[in-house]
Amino acid sequence: MSTIFGIPPQALFGQLLLGLINGSFYALLSLGLAVIFGMLNVINFAHGALYMLGAFVAWLLLTTAGIGYWWALLLAPLVVGAFGVVLEKTLLSRLYKLDHLYGLLLTFGLALIVEGAFRHFYGVSGQPYPIPDLLRGGQNLGFMFLPNYRGWVVVASLVVCLATWYAIERTKLGAYLRAATENPVLVQAFGINVPLMITATYGFGVALAGVAGVLAAPIYQVSPLMGSNLIIVVFAVVVIGGMGSILGAVLTGYGLGLLEGLTKVFYPEASNIVVFVIMAVVLLIKPAGLFGRER
Amino acid sequence: MIARLLAGAALAALAVGSAQAQQGKISGDVVKIGVLNDRSGLYADLGGEGSVVAVRMAVEEVGGKILGKPIEVIAADHQNKPDIGSNLSREWIDRDGVDVIVDVPNSGVALAVQEVTREKKTIFLMQGPATSRLTGDACSPTGFHWAYDTRALAVGTGQAIVKEGGKSWFFLTADYAFGHQLETDTAAQVKKAGGTVVGAVRAPLNTADFSSFLLQAQSSGAQVIGLANAGGDTITSIKQASEFGLTQSGQQKLAGLLIFLSDVHALGLQVAQDLVLTTGFYWDMDDEKRAWSEKYKAKTGKMPTMVQAGSYSSVKHYLKAIEAAGTDDGPTVAAKMKEMPVNDMFAKNGKILPNGRMVHDMYLARVKKPSESKGPWDYYEIIRTIPGDEAFATMAESGCKLPG
Repeated sequence: MSTIFGIPPQALFGQLLLGLINGSFYALLSLGLAVIFGMLNVINFAHGALYMLGAFVAWLLLTTAGIGYWWALLLAPLVVGAFGVVLEKTLLSRLYKLDHLYGLLLTFGLALIVEGAFRHFYGVSGQPYPIPDLLRGGQNLGFMFLPNYRGWVVVASLVVCLATWYAIERTKLGAYLRAATENPVLVQAFGINVPLMITATYGFGVALAGVAGVLAAPIYQVSPLMGSNLIIVVFAVVVIGGMGSILGAVLTGYGLGLLEGLTKVFYPEASNIVVFVIMAVVLLIKPAGLFGRER
Repeated sequence: MIARLLAGAALAALAVGSAQAQQGKISGDVVKIGVLNDRSGLYADLGGEGSVVAVRMAVEEVGGKILGKPIEVIAADHQNKPDIGSNLSREWIDRDGVDVIVDVPNSGVALAVQEVTREKKTIFLMQGPATSRLTGDACSPTGFHWAYDTRALAVGTGQAIVKEGGKSWFFLTADYAFGHQLETDTAAQVKKAGGTVVGAVRAPLNTADFSSFLLQAQSSGAQVIGLANAGGDTITSIKQASEFGLTQSGQQKLAGLLIFLSDVHALGLQVAQDLVLTTGFYWDMDDEKRAWSEKYKAKTGKMPTMVQAGSYSSVKHYLKAIEAAGTDDGPTVAAKMKEMPVNDMFAKNGKILPNGRMVHDMYLARVKKPSESKGPWDYYEIIRTIPGDEAFATMAESGCKLPG
């Protein structure tokens, strides 16, 4: 059998595809973080907890009300987004005049509270969430068996990422939003309700975490720890991509997923630190991140 | 009247006297039990608060007192970090006068605590940790390994699956002390039964996504994929193996080398069905186990795992040994514990080897299909009883250097 760098091509392509799937989650979560940081200047440490909340809402909808996956995909982000709006109105909005650090500490504390509460009520082993019937089974690609559901995750996250990028960079609403972050007073003078826009943006960013949570539910156990397992990697992704850069977050998310996949082929033991090694190197060479601009 | 008074006084004096004679030997005038385990991480459901509840049940059964002195139960979280575990146990023993440390899942942490308790001559009752090294090269005169170990798991599941025709094995191993030992012990049993090991991959502890490791296992072409991991890691790997069609194709079979009842509960029978596993305890085996487990369930809402039931059993035996020895001095109680057979709802005619291994029957079980299960917690069908002497290593095999 021919090999590439001593690895059978099947294994290599298989791992790259898996990397792309993981990258989809990184991209979706770091996109939400980038939107929130770019527009509100808040480092949202509660993002992992809100991702977990998305998965739990989907699970609760299924087990208590019998509402299935497809409705959950719509409803859970709405619930999480609404929760985000409440958080922003009651807590975060009081901190905008202060240093970034206060927002970070507040959201970090919130994350601990939300995770602690779920851990208390649901334990740590997690709850099972079945794959929707429509997406059961998989395709034999010759080099690997691709579960249909994972294929769907890649497509769904690509669509959401592209749509978000388009909305912010190419539409009128997005232009207002970007203008409001540069000069809120001037934009307000044009008759645009800036505080409402900021609240809506936070709600939207958080809803993206909810979407990722619902997408993740059938793959991982719906567990209170799922957010904290992922959030550190996602922060590394955002830092590497450049804080606040939407394109940077998306591209780096997929890129690092692929890189992690490659590491799992060549040296599996290092697979959970490779992202941080890259982060250290990037920060040394380009402190603002790959796509960030110096402020 | 006076005679009666005098007699009463004499009786009272006698009672006080004999009580004092019994009381003298309890250090600090209290027996302090410290339950040290993972209370928030991936092993919290299989031990955690449940182990504390089980220990309290044992204490309640003796009336909360031993030799006239109160029994106190405290608990702490070692967070799966050996340094935290050994520091906590040192503080407990030196500062708080803790007489016995219970549970300590995570072999890495348990090996560290074993060093502390050996040095301090304190009793250590191990339920959660798996590595057979705890009664092997790392054995201690005051260390007791109770519910199961990697050797017993390997004998049970490893041999059973080779006999069924699963000859070639690939291991998916948790990358720390426990996983390595479970892989080593199982590989030895597989080879002994005439099978081969074609490879292994080591995954970091607490991995969220096993798919790439499973893919490697799949491309190895081995008939059996041995999961040398536990708790949350086992749950995730089984779930994802099912997603990637590893088992449905019929070419490969999963062997969960360490599966707890709490894992099966979290997975659901749809995913977990037909897994073969080895356990030291199952609640629905006889009336005595059922009665105790129902009592436990009334307090926690869950059926006990073998770790939780074992915590009860070991503490009960420990308290009996204090009663018999008339003291809570570590080495004296340890010697007494080894003399007495273990007979309770957990184990029948269990015996303790000089290296601290509690030898009792283990059970090979199969997880029921959803159609066979009558409801929540009705999960296992017991296929075979593995006699204790077959499951556990003898004193000579263990490699323990204590005088046998």
